[in-house]
Amino acid sequence: MPLAATTKVGDSYEETIVENLSRTQIVQYAGASGDYNPIHTDEVFATQVAGYPTVFAHGMLTMGMTGKMLTNYVGDGRLTYYGVRFVRQVWPGDTLVARAEVSAVRTEDGATLADLVITTTNDKGEVVMTGDATARIG
Amino acid sequence: MTIERFPVEASHILMFARSIGDTNPIYEDAEYAKGTEVGSIVAPPTFAQSSAQFDPDYFLRPKPGQAWFGSAREATGVKREKKDGESSGAAAGGLHAEQHFTFHRHLRPGDVLTATTKPGNTWEKEGKRSGKLMFSETITEYRDQTGELVITARGVGVRTERVIEQ
Repeated sequence: MPLAATTKVGDSYEETIVENLSRTQIVQYAGASGDYNPIHTDEVFATQVAGYPTVFAHGMLTMGMTGKMLTNYVGDGRLTYYGVRFVRQVWPGDTLVARAEVSAVRTEDGATLADLVITTTNDKGEVVMTGDATARIG
Repeated sequence: MTIERFPVEASHILMFARSIGDTNPIYEDAEYAKGTEVGSIVAPPTFAQSSAQFDPDYFLRPKPGQAWFGSAREATGVKREKKDGESSGAAAGGLHAEQHFTFHRHLRPGDVLTATTKPGNTWEKEGKRSGKLMFSETITEYRDQTGELVITARGVGVRTERVIEQ
């Protein structure tokens, strides 16, 4: 059910957006998005040249997966803004939970809008991404 | 940077939705989508980022006849002298720090977009784990086949002095 105009500040929703992230899903995202940076998909390059412990997910994959939680919460085609900061890298094997909390409900040009604060956390309890979104709810 | 033609296609939306693990039928089932509030298949919110597929000069896509910096016989296909203190993150084009999308409307199959990117602000910060952080902003405007502005994207990239590890 999409968010309704009765939504209140403090309402929240969370969802596990990926369990045990696979290197193959990172490859899948590279193929769909067109971002073939080898630090995300090429273990040899990532470890031997770039100096990382292994490959890591595109920030945009975390933003995309968190977007799934958002659209599940607010409804399809209702976002008017979605922005994030990438705080920490996301690694193969990570399980991520994305959460949205309503921080304001307001009216603009006759439409009811909800502002949301977004946090995506890994299974160590570390925040990997923070963000904000606005959705039309009525 | 300018993308002259970014056709939004149903099969690309389906592949993109799969890659983010989103099984919502709004991204693949036109019959289902007809009966919803939006009335048709739409693209997931971050789909515009895949405009990279239609940027002829996109540097993170291997191109025939050009050396690629990922591994093949050697760990990297491009030998490049690193400056003192420069991180490999910089060698790979830096890291993505922020991304923001303002949706004037959502994308649908059949849209044919153009995208123009302009540089925004640049700034520096001292990082605890990474040394000096150098941020730069880009603003991309996506317009549809009628010239209407549909999405405004603001990206922030960062280059670091040292590799950031956990």
